[in-house]
Amino acid sequence: MLLGPALGLSAILFTIGVAGVLLRRNAIVLFMCVELMLNAVNLAFVALAQVYGVGAYLIAFFVMTVAAAEAAVGLAIILAVFRHHQSIDLQNINLLHG
Amino acid sequence: MTLSLLAVQVAEQAPGAELGPATQLAWLTIALPLLGFVLNGLISMVRPQARRLVSLVGPGVLLAAFAVAAAIFLEARAHSPETPIILTLWPWLHAGDLRIDLALQIDQLSILMLLVVTGVGSLIHIYSVGYMGEDPGYARYFAYLNLFVAFMLVLVLGANFPVLFIGWEGVGLCSYLLIGFWFTDKANADAGKKAFLANRVGDFGFLIAMFLLWQTVGALDFGTVFHRAPEALTTTAATWITIFLLLGCAGKSAQIPLYVWLPDAMAGPTPVSALIHAATMVTAGVYLVARTGVLFALAPATGLLTAGIGALTALFAATIGLRQYDIKKVLAYSTISQLGYMFLAVGVGAYATGLFHLVTHAFFKALLFLGSGSVIYALHHAYHTTHSHEDAQDMRNMGGLKQWLPVTCGLMWIATLAIAGVPPFSGFFSKDEILAATFARGAEQPVYYLFYAMGALAAFLTAVYMARLMAMTFHGENRTGAAEQEHLHEAPAVMTAPLIVLALLSLFGGAINLPHFVGGNAALERWLEPVTHPATAMHPLSMPTGLTEEVLIGGAVLIAALGLWVGFRTALGQPILPAREAPPETGFARVLYRKYYVDEIYDALFVKPLVWLSDKVLWRVVDQALVDGLLVNGGVVGSRWLGALGSRIQSGQLGLYVLLFLVGAIWVLDTILR
Repeated sequence: MLLGPALGLSAILFTIGVAGVLLRRNAIVLFMCVELMLNAVNLAFVALAQVYGVGAYLIAFFVMTVAAAEAAVGLAIILAVFRHHQSIDLQNINLLHG
Repeated sequence: MTLSLLAVQVAEQAPGAELGPATQLAWLTIALPLLGFVLNGLISMVRPQARRLVSLVGPGVLLAAFAVAAAIFLEARAHSPETPIILTLWPWLHAGDLRIDLALQIDQLSILMLLVVTGVGSLIHIYSVGYMGEDPGYARYFAYLNLFVAFMLVLVLGANFPVLFIGWEGVGLCSYLLIGFWFTDKANADAGKKAFLANRVGDFGFLIAMFLLWQTVGALDFGTVFHRAPEALTTTAATWITIFLLLGCAGKSAQIPLYVWLPDAMAGPTPVSALIHAATMVTAGVYLVARTGVLFALAPATGLLTAGIGALTALFAATIGLRQYDIKKVLAYSTISQLGYMFLAVGVGAYATGLFHLVTHAFFKALLFLGSGSVIYALHHAYHTTHSHEDAQDMRNMGGLKQWLPVTCGLMWIATLAIAGVPPFSGFFSKDEILAATFARGAEQPVYYLFYAMGALAAFLTAVYMARLMAMTFHGENRTGAAEQEHLHEAPAVMTAPLIVLALLSLFGGAINLPHFVGGNAALERWLEPVTHPATAMHPLSMPTGLTEEVLIGGAVLIAALGLWVGFRTALGQPILPAREAPPETGFARVLYRKYYVDEIYDALFVKPLVWLSDKVLWRVVDQALVDGLLVNGGVVGSRWLGALGSRIQSGQLGLYVLLFLVGAIWVLDTILR
């Protein structure tokens, strides 16, 4: 019952998210791509619930909770970075350079 | 005392034979010198100036040990046990099939050695009281001397190869300590080192032989090994084992090719030369060959090799002795030569004869060394008084000493006649028997006739160099120096008394094994019969009789007399210059004086390549380049390089981190899910 197309969509969304994280420099876009990946995984969980039962729904809710918390923390970090650097271009933020 | 708690178990005992109280106390002969070592060692550390106590303890323990040995001998003579008595002191190494006990073996052979070691040892200890009396290391000297005797007794009393090896290594150690006794002079310390290293080469052979014995026979105690050997050993195995044993014996008994340490060992005090390098330690090799006679009887090839090495060493060392000027060096080469005779005898299979020569040699060579010690003592005193720096051991500085040292001169003449083989002195009987036995073996293998000829020639040379030594030392004009002459005097009684005892032994020592042709009954040979019989039965030797015997004896006496005459005439025939005026040697005499350049050849063959290898390869290449360069510095450079690589990845670019994370995650997932 649409398990294949649902998992395919999930994979496409996840790949878009990964590509975005890897290629884009804007922190906000990056953040959105991470959210996209989380939601792609969530979609996969929900689709797989047809096979594995309600346990998968449960995990989907966990992921949502984590995503919400991450959004709050992540946006706060981006805000703080912007205040410090006057930019959210990650190319300029390389303090971890070894 | 812990010693008295030692329970002596008797593992094997001849049926019917009572175990006498002295035999049960055989361990005392080892414990007493060991006690002397501990006491003297303590004195040397706490109160080195307590000479009187040291003089009491040092020779005292030896005399007590000799008393025990004599009691053991009397008991054994009363019971004459056919099988050896094994006294197990305590279990030592028990692992798997290996069962080695710290056990002593009392049989005719070990009793003989026990008597020689403690008897001659006691005399030399007493002599040392006079000779070393003014040395600052007096207590240390006696501590070493006592320890040496203790180890030597372990060697001769051990009932299995490992216990024998304890003594074997122990005497090597003590010889190192005693040769280098005056270690502040580098030459002496080097001589000690040389002796130790040359002995180590031989010890390596001994160890290999033990491993092979364990592998083939599966036991290491003498009784089991000799019992099982005829079935368990093939001729090849026996040959290899005995060749390695022979290497050990050649090291300890200073035979070709390992003899080089003995002449240098004369750097030690003269009584040490008498004790270690004439009477006891160097005879250990002969003892071992006689002890393992069964193995040698199973390997005829090694017997031939032993006899060959012995004959060659006897001749070779005797020729070097002809041209030495240091009185102790002459005696050192003489010792090597006489040890060659003993090897010839045991190689031929005449074990009792070899041991007979061992005993008589212990008497007359100890006498010669101690006599030369008295001479050196007198000269040293004279030079010391006049503050001269002449060599007190160079015979060119002696001459005419019989005027000042009449007793020493007379006693040394007895020893000279004995070593030259003049009847009825002890050396005549033993040397003659060795030559006769070699001649008898010639009937089976003609090569032994060659060995006989070499031995006879060596006997002639022995007489020559001994006569030369006596002539240069005691006869002719005195060359010591006018000022020194009035300070020359005979050694004190504590030194001459042991000499007199040794002279009596040298004179009458032949009586212990008087041959049949003078009405004796070969007492020593019969006494040793239970020990030597298993070996001699396998490879019997028929001694010459009748006319052949008489011709051989006549020849030997003629050779000795001729040699003495030649040596005496040539030595006094030309004027001798004192050492500082003497011109250098020329021609063949120079080759002999420089000992055939053997030391130089060994230096070029072994020492130089070893030093080169250590310097250029092991130090420069292996240590500096490989270890320091490649491993130590290479490790540093490598980790620095890895670190640089790692920091290059850490660019601070989040995208790269994520990419790496992703690749890693995919790789992990791939590994898990596959």
